[in-house]
Amino acid sequence: MPSRWVKSPFPKGMHYLSGNDAAAEGAVAAGCRFYAGYPITPSSEIMERMALRLREVRGVFIQMEDEIASISAVIGASWAGAKAMTATSGPGFSLMQEAIGYAAFTETPCVIIDVQRAGPCTGQATRVGSGDIMQAKWGSHGDYQVIALSPWSVQEMYDLTLGAFNLSEQYRVPAFVMADEAVGHLRESMSVNARVEIWDRKKKKGGSPFGTEEKDGVPPMPAFGEGERLLVTGSTHNELGFRKTDAPEAHAKLVERINKKILNHRSVISGTEGYFLDDSEIFLITYGFTARTSLFVVKRLRKEGKKVGLLRLKTLWPFPEEAVAEVVKRGKKVMVPEMNQGQVVGEVRKLCPGEVIPLNQTDGEVIRPETIMDELKKII
Amino acid sequence: MVRALEKYIRPGVKSTPFCPGCGHGILMGLILRAIDESKMDMKKMLFVSGIGCAAWIPSPNFNGDTLHTLHGRALAFATGAKLYNPDLCVMVISGDGDLSSIGGNHLIHAARRNIDLKVICANNMIYGMTGGQAASTTPKGARTSTTEEGNPYQPFDLCNLVKAAGATYVARFSVTQPVALVRAIKKSLLHSGFSFIEVLSPCPTQFGRRNRPDRPDEMMKDLIRRCILEEEAKGLTQEEMAERIITGEF
Repeated sequence: MPSRWVKSPFPKGMHYLSGNDAAAEGAVAAGCRFYAGYPITPSSEIMERMALRLREVRGVFIQMEDEIASISAVIGASWAGAKAMTATSGPGFSLMQEAIGYAAFTETPCVIIDVQRAGPCTGQATRVGSGDIMQAKWGSHGDYQVIALSPWSVQEMYDLTLGAFNLSEQYRVPAFVMADEAVGHLRESMSVNARVEIWDRKKKKGGSPFGTEEKDGVPPMPAFGEGERLLVTGSTHNELGFRKTDAPEAHAKLVERINKKILNHRSVISGTEGYFLDDSEIFLITYGFTARTSLFVVKRLRKEGKKVGLLRLKTLWPFPEEAVAEVVKRGKKVMVPEMNQGQVVGEVRKLCPGEVIPLNQTDGEVIRPETIMDELKKII
Repeated sequence: MVRALEKYIRPGVKSTPFCPGCGHGILMGLILRAIDESKMDMKKMLFVSGIGCAAWIPSPNFNGDTLHTLHGRALAFATGAKLYNPDLCVMVISGDGDLSSIGGNHLIHAARRNIDLKVICANNMIYGMTGGQAASTTPKGARTSTTEEGNPYQPFDLCNLVKAAGATYVARFSVTQPVALVRAIKKSLLHSGFSFIEVLSPCPTQFGRRNRPDRPDEMMKDLIRRCILEEEAKGLTQEEMAERIITGEF
């Protein structure tokens, strides 16, 4: 799919920002020109910055009455042609699940940033957690795929929000940035390039918006007002959008295509980053803020001569099975530290014939290096 | 022979899904009549609907852009589309349960914001599609599948509700007042702001079956008898008023 280069709307060079602010800038850089949202700690700063920035770039901002209205407005705007986004945290993410299923089934590009906090329920609103990882994949009913990215720095809040838009457009699928309170409120330097690469949804006048014979499985997407007489519906539909609620073939075909569309491209979509993988026998597999701490631990242990490595998951969904399988087949032991009761560890276990040890922490705080160090030393 | 409004029906659509005796088919024709008489550009129209029988009026029947959304969320989807592309003329067609029960919050906020949406609320006072459960507009005492002993609660006065929330064009008519209804829809098409037209539309299959009158023709005659204008209400006793429905612009 062809991309294009545009001038960065944010001045090029080094900037010192919070993760939340960087995410907003990444969205504007990607071409996001519609934001509908609802305040929720610890994501509200994203909405506030978007309110400001969209006015500057002549986009549209609206604060809606609740999270359901927000994601609904985002989807409506996307079909009117916008690159649209909202940001929230756990409780809001839960409210949005029905609409997320709608976006997946109608193949509506949209981006949701979940700045995760300590749950379940209201939990500790100002504290950190990684409890929404499984929900990102399975939160709505039925079988569908999503793309979920996991930033570990302010730089990545910018890069991966930009990346989420690009992937969302390329694959006509909702894309999530699974951030958390730690990286959202963290302040760091980040660098902005003079130009950014962006992808737009496929367009084809008169093309079927909900079916394709093309290999990539992604149909073209018209917008309202282009004279295409769109038939957008959340019911099972054929390639033209006509409701097909009685035909078994229609349901099978649609459900299969929207899943295969993502799974067939997993190796291209899913990103990981390896550190000291080649000669390690013990691996940490983790993501997000916890991966940062884990890298510090791995480097420390390497200085002590211990053969440990780290596989960082930049993409959580579709789960990077190939990269993880490659690492676990080499390792004697795998440890998965997470700020939850074990959500990614289950996916790793599916692929790992050896021992997989979870390191779970749900106290509203980030996992400290000493904690990971102590647990690793028990198994080295 | 080509019928006058056929160009507004999507090619390939052969029939509506509505029950015999349902008022929605009449409403559907009146909406298209209003669009035709107003010389609207179908390319610029966007029809948004929720879930329910009324939501199947525009989708897939209308020959323009249609957005069939989630139950109760039509107004929120419509707000997003309209704000991003203000050149679209956005009409929201949905039922009383969809717009005022599950969608109640979005209804009052869309009215408050006075977003330029033309809302047509088909009110059959019941949840038709799912089998006749009580709605927020079901009259007190009426029998439904979930209130066999009679609905214990007061219904909404939708027009009062929406007007109080901030709507700037509010009207109520019945499918038995086609001339007035077409005129009101035409007004709403030209109105700049949030317009809300409540349309009384009988459901013989679900509401009629459990209450009286139950036959489609009797339900229509009943609506004709009960729907009056504000001026006509002046000479009536309290008893006579009790079963009247005030229609008109508010």
